[in-house]
This record gives sequence, structure tokens and C-alpha cells, in this order.
Amino acid sequence: MSINYNAEPLLHVEGLKQHFRISRTYTTKAVDGISFDIWEGETYGLVGESGSGKSTTGRAIIRLYDPTAGKIVFDGHDISGKLSTEDEKFLRQNMQMIFQDPMACLNPRKKVRDIIAQGLTINHLYSSKEELDEKVYEILDKVGLSREHATRYPQQFSGGQRQRIGIARALVMNPKLVIADEAISALDVSIQAQVVNLMRDLQDELGITYMFIAHDLSMVKYISDRIGVMHLGYIVETGTTDEIFQNPIHPYTRSLLSAIPHPNPVVEKARVALTYDKEKEGVDYSLGTLHKLTNTHSVLATEEEFAKWNSGSHSY
Amino acid sequence: MTTFKRDKNDRVLSIRDLNISFETANGTVNAIRGVRMDLFRGETIAIVGESGSGKSVTVKTIMGILAPNGKILSGKIDYTFTNEKGERETVDMTKLSQKEIRYRFNGKHIAMVFQDPMTSLDPTMTIGKQITEGMLLHEKISKEEAKARALHLLEEVGIENPEKRFKQYPHQLSGGMRQRVVIAIALACNPDILICDEPTTALDVTIQAKILEVIKKLQKEHDIAVIYITHDLGVVAKVADYVDVMYAGRIIEKGNINEVFYDPRHPYTWGLLASMPDTDTDSKRLFAIPGTPPNLLEEVVGDAFAPRNPFALAIDYKAEPPMFNVGGQHRVASWLCDPRAPKVELPEQLKERLEKMKAESERVLGTSPLKEGE
Repeated sequence: MSINYNAEPLLHVEGLKQHFRISRTYTTKAVDGISFDIWEGETYGLVGESGSGKSTTGRAIIRLYDPTAGKIVFDGHDISGKLSTEDEKFLRQNMQMIFQDPMACLNPRKKVRDIIAQGLTINHLYSSKEELDEKVYEILDKVGLSREHATRYPQQFSGGQRQRIGIARALVMNPKLVIADEAISALDVSIQAQVVNLMRDLQDELGITYMFIAHDLSMVKYISDRIGVMHLGYIVETGTTDEIFQNPIHPYTRSLLSAIPHPNPVVEKARVALTYDKEKEGVDYSLGTLHKLTNTHSVLATEEEFAKWNSGSHSY
Repeated sequence: MTTFKRDKNDRVLSIRDLNISFETANGTVNAIRGVRMDLFRGETIAIVGESGSGKSVTVKTIMGILAPNGKILSGKIDYTFTNEKGERETVDMTKLSQKEIRYRFNGKHIAMVFQDPMTSLDPTMTIGKQITEGMLLHEKISKEEAKARALHLLEEVGIENPEKRFKQYPHQLSGGMRQRVVIAIALACNPDILICDEPTTALDVTIQAKILEVIKKLQKEHDIAVIYITHDLGVVAKVADYVDVMYAGRIIEKGNINEVFYDPRHPYTWGLLASMPDTDTDSKRLFAIPGTPPNLLEEVVGDAFAPRNPFALAIDYKAEPPMFNVGGQHRVASWLCDPRAPKVELPEQLKERLEKMKAESERVLGTSPLKEGE
């Protein structure tokens, strides 16, 4: 499916800040002013180490948190600030989330059928019980589970199957945007590949837009069209997957890329990962401005930093 | 990489025909089915497998920390060490009580680094106390001496300002720092064997690389044998000399790292290598092993991997394959290696990737990675 980058973006985030007040004197600035766009039909990968604020970003956008500042426009609806009843209804029906831990995100006292149907029930999106059942069965088929599974409880499933239930729950609402927060990191390698392939197939079939939050860059490369690299509450670099992997500019992006382990023993044993220390380099993200390399590729840096990083020869 | 010349006198651990089952409310789970493994001084073995394949159970048995419902049905674990009198001694760990292993070997001879540094440290004790605890228990040394050694260890694992950290509590340290402390604790009594159970899965990629380098450096300095348990093939590629691939309680492929990575023979290993995302290829679909691992509550008939194996032969459903010797140190439990089996072509995607990997490593080494060490 081709993506029309000239159209209005499906999700427009501008200057999003999410601060948490810990005490009178201390506030954690988990997300400190980030801006990005996601277009319809694409997969946007958000990567970074733990504590970089990538999950917080996802949760702020779907309004599990109340953002401190910033503007979020989702398909023409402004969903920042206080939500009107109408906007909230639109948001809840059209944006869904897949969580990290398939063991913890399903209610153990509910049957699979009720877990999947909950969103439909709350929003009265069905006319008869038969229609509801039909919708649940249809989505179960789509995610590769069978109808018999509908009457079972979550603990009767393996990790990979539970993640499929989580995906089914998100997709049954027919959402425009799905936020997948580390959706595969709790799964085994062979199962990870199954789930990633499933998410891709569903995207091709239903035209869903994904925001894929992960720390595993190699998986992100497989699934994403564009990638944003987050560090300490800022998006330090964003670009298409090729731009990020072929021509990384920011030293943090480079250190992240160099840390990906390759399954090639001889090469891997000889390789040394790059280190990046924000303090030692004297980088202050709040001073940086966005520098555009191409229409899609931009880096957060001050003038001197940009000149230095952009000229520096790459070691890989 | 230089492959070790394995000398019989250097063998520290030898596991033979180990069978372990667990009694659960749903019946008996045969978690380990005939594991054979050797470990020599100074080398690194990686055990690879999915969750439930029995890799953790194997090392827990070595440590004598098997869950109470676990039962060793047969087999032996021979551990060779230098005892207090300076003599070489061999004991069968399966014959000892858990208490005996705990007092005589754990920490002192065999140490373990666990997956999650958040839960393996005691939040109510200072870092210093936790490191010196083992030394004071196992050796007759003074507190000052123990402290000096602990400070030295902290420095060795790459913690800056050890004097300050010595007095701090675990919650004052970051995840990577905590894992370094765990490694320092494990090395406090100069063990012969270090077992690392997924030491980096709870950590970020950037920190992961550093932790692995620390372990590698200390292993070289102290001449320790290391057993890694992991499902991350990238980690294996970085650290291991030998690889054991486990599936459903059996080792299904083993050999030195180059043999297994550049010339895999078991379809499960093919699947594992192919399903690992590769940052160089542009293919838009990942290879996935279909299905899920077998339920070990039921008795396994034939090859446990057969139902998920697109290359399964008729015999795979009837009889369990023996270990075939495919040359070098490479052993494979698959009927495909039987001389009577039909010739099977590797999946196209994997073939390309292996070719590329070999070419890359030839550029680094100058020769084929498979020739080396033979």
C-alpha cells in the first residue's frame, strides 16, 4: 500500500510535553517537547532506551495521561487539552493500543470472547448478539485463532496466542491508528517473527496505521516505514528507515545502531560498540533545533553540533 | 576467534544422560530428556532455546537450586575442582543434597548471574555488604581484607568511584550498574564456573554490549568457564565458543560456534537463524517457525520438532533421532543427517543470509570460518 505523504497527516503532534511532579521541588520531564507526524497507512517506529520517554509518548497520545503541554491532532480532531464528549468518543473508537506484557494485559476472569467484545459493547457498535458474535469470530480468524478459543480464559493460552488476543481486541474496533507498545519484546524469538508477520499482513489487508514503540532496532527496521529515535524526552533524529540505517547523523542514533548484535560470530566478536555520553559530549537537547537533511530526515542539534556530526566520517 | 584445544585435564563439568521431571497438578512434565554436555576451563558455552526448552532447568540442577517438585530421574553431573587440600577432586552433583551444594559449592566454586538485577539484589543491604558476604562466609579473611577485595572487584567490573558505591543501596544505582554489582558478587570468591542466565535481557541494547564485554574481560583474567543461557543469537555470536541448541528438553544441535552458525544442520536451528531480523536484508517478511513448542506433559513420540518442521520425514513421527556426527565437533539430532535421508535444500532466504555471513567473515579472517580450528 502506498502512502500519500502530501495529504494531511493522520496524527499530528506538536510540542508535546509530559511532566510528572514527584515532589514540590522535583519534576520528571519524561517527554519534553516533541513533534512528529504519522501519515495514514504507514508504520512509525519509535525507538530509544528505557527511560527515554517512548512509552510515555504513546500513553500521552492515547490520553492515558493528561499531557502538560502541546497539541495533538488526530484525523482532524484536536485531542489535546480537555476532551469534548464527541472527541473522546472518536478517540476511543479510532485509536487502540497493544500492550507489552500479554500475561498482564488480559483480564483473567473474562472469557476471550468478552475481552475482545468489550470495546464494541461499551460503544454499542452492534445491533444484535449474533452480529457481535460474528464480529468476534471474524477477528479471531484474522489473527490466526479459531472459534473454539472464544469461550476459553486467557490463562489457557501461550504467550504468542495471548498477544494475538491483544491484537484482536485492538483491531475489532476497526481503528485508524494502533499504538503497539513493545508488543513483541516479551515473546520468544520464533513467536516474535510470527506476530510481526501477522501485524504486517493485517496492515496490508485493513490499511491500519501503526505507531510501533520498541527498543529492538532490528525488529523496528523490519516493520517501520519511518523511525523516530528518542533519548531523554527528546526525539533526536527522525527519518525513513533507510535514512536512519544508512546515514545516521546523531551520535546517539549511531551508538544505538552499533549496539545491535549481529548473528555472525566472526564479525560480532571483532566488533566494538560505540559509546555515547551526553554529558561528556556536552550536548544539551533543549538548545537544539531541528536541522533538515532531506524532506523526511531531520536531526535535533545546535548549529555547531550539526556541522560537526554531519561532516564526521562514519565508522560503519 | 581461536577455538580451544580441549584437554581432558581441563574439564570442569561433564553432564551425562541427565533426565529431570517435574510433578505438577496436571501430571508429570519431562523437562530434561537426556542432556549431555562438557565444559572446559576458560571456555564459553551458550545454551540457546525458547522458554520451556529446559535450558534454565539444566543450570539450576548444576547449582542445586532445582524447584522442590523437580526430580532427577537419571544421569550424572561430574564437577571437577581443586579442593581445600589442593588436590583435584571430582564429585557427582546429583548425589549431593541441595544443602551440601549450597554450603560447599555455590558462590565459592560455581556462581550465577541472574536475569533481573532488580530482584537478585537485596534492597535492604548496602552494595559492599552484599559483595563481602560470600567472602566472609567461605574464606577465613578479615573484614578489611574483604573490603579491599570488594573495592578492587567493583573497579574491575567498571564501576567508577567504588568507595562511594560501596556504601550505597541497590536502588541508588541504574540497571546496568546493578548488573555490574551482581557480576562482582558472583566473582567475589573466584569461582571456576560462572553461569549467566539471560544476563542482559532486562537491559538496554547499549548497556548490554558493555556488560558482555565486562564478563568477557573478567573471564579471560580469571580463567573462568562461563555458561550463557540466552535466546538472543546476537549475544551468542558475540560471546560463545561452543553452542548447544535445546528444544523440548533435548540438545538437538551442538558444536563450536562457527559450525553451528555458518553450517547449521537442524531445521530448528535454521528457523532460529532465519527468524532473527537482520539489519542488512531488505526482505519485507520474516521467516517464522510455524506453531508452538510441544507440551511436555504429553509423552513425546519421535522428534519433538516434527509437527513444526516443514522438512519432517515419516520416521520423525515414529522414532527419536540419535545424535549424528557430522564432522568436527558438530553433532546433530535430526534424521535429515542420516545417510539414508533425502537431500534437503536450505530455505532460500537462509541460504542467502549464510552466504553473506560467510563472505563477511572471510573478509575479516582471510579464510573460511569453517576451516579454522580443524
